[in-house]
Amino acid sequence: MNINLTMLMQAVAFGVFIWFCARFIWPPLMRAIETRQKQIADGLAAGEEGRQNLSKAENRIAQMMVDAKSRASEIIAQGEKLKGETVEQARNEAKTEAERILASAKAEMEQEIHRARDALRGQVAELAIAGAAKILKREVDPKAHADLLAEIEKQL
Amino acid sequence: MAAEQQLDATSYIQHHLTFLAHPVIESGGFWTIHRDTIVTSLVLGFLTLGFLWLVTRRATSGVPSKTQAFVELSVEFVNDQVRSLFHHDYRFVAPLALTVFVWVLFMNAMDFLPVDIVAWIFQNVFHQEEWRSVPTADVNTTFALSLSVFGLMIFYSIKNKGLGGWLHELLATPFGLKPTWLSPLLVLFNLLFNLIEYLSKPLSHSLRLYGNMYAGEIIFLLIGLWAATGVVGAAFSSVLNLGWAIFHILIVVLQAYIFMMLTVVYISMAYESH
Repeated sequence: MNINLTMLMQAVAFGVFIWFCARFIWPPLMRAIETRQKQIADGLAAGEEGRQNLSKAENRIAQMMVDAKSRASEIIAQGEKLKGETVEQARNEAKTEAERILASAKAEMEQEIHRARDALRGQVAELAIAGAAKILKREVDPKAHADLLAEIEKQL
Repeated sequence: MAAEQQLDATSYIQHHLTFLAHPVIESGGFWTIHRDTIVTSLVLGFLTLGFLWLVTRRATSGVPSKTQAFVELSVEFVNDQVRSLFHHDYRFVAPLALTVFVWVLFMNAMDFLPVDIVAWIFQNVFHQEEWRSVPTADVNTTFALSLSVFGLMIFYSIKNKGLGGWLHELLATPFGLKPTWLSPLLVLFNLLFNLIEYLSKPLSHSLRLYGNMYAGEIIFLLIGLWAATGVVGAAFSSVLNLGWAIFHILIVVLQAYIFMMLTVVYISMAYESH
């Protein structure tokens, strides 16, 4: 048990070692450890968030599936209805068109009859006038007897 | 063992317990250094802290190498211990604790080196008559550590409480100053009480470590002594040496741990007022 200069030298060495450790070893090591701890914590949080997002997305997908199904059946029903309506409408249109064509054909026929009748009437009038002229042996002045002729024509 | 010496038990043990003393001035006395203690402790300090430093330089916050993981494990261990005891700014105390723990642990671990082989190497390779390889079995080392810690303790006490606060605590606690007519006597008792407390801390701190290491060394020497008695003795002493070495692992680590914890506790006490 003899205390001597060794003690002072050891104390100095101790001080230098503490300084070295506190300056060069501890801070970078703790920084590395703390950075990693933060990274791990962040990673875990991100994983948790991802999991939550996944389950949310799954829920949304399921909801979307349900929606899509109901929408599809709606569209199908609508299509069916539209088909029926279209067929019905086409049928109606065809009917009216047919009626219209029929009507116009009838009208044309009527007109044709009319025209033929008119032509016939003119010819009959001419014949009548010619007949009358022969009977009277003289020329009937169509100008002088225009009113008479028109009256006859009307009566035909 | 020196060949010219008469080999008996006393000279064997004395030889192994002699420091490689080197007087700085003629008369020696206080001005002597133990070269073995100094060299061993410095080499160990440089090796351990250098190792830590090398690992730290390549330290990454990503996936650590196995070495870095091991170092981090040790550092985290020290850090946890410090945080559980010390609730102030530990930017200084935690590295201090790490230094103490690592350094003392390795100085203690020098006890595992077989005493006679070390003596033989130093005798025949380095031509040194004496060599003690356990620096912590030298009171100079343990007192150097404990007095440094003691100095830090006083420093932090004064830094935190102010010189007046510290002196007041020295004189007015633990018995107080009331009643007034008794206060001179109380001041005396307070001072005495605190002085004893202050003295006992570095004493017990250093002597605990010194005693354990010294005793461990002596037991190794006694076992070695038995080996000199013949074949049976050598066989028995080999077994005993192994047993004591295994048990000593516990003591070495435990004493380093206790020394570190006491360091932290003492400095932590400097922060607390009575």
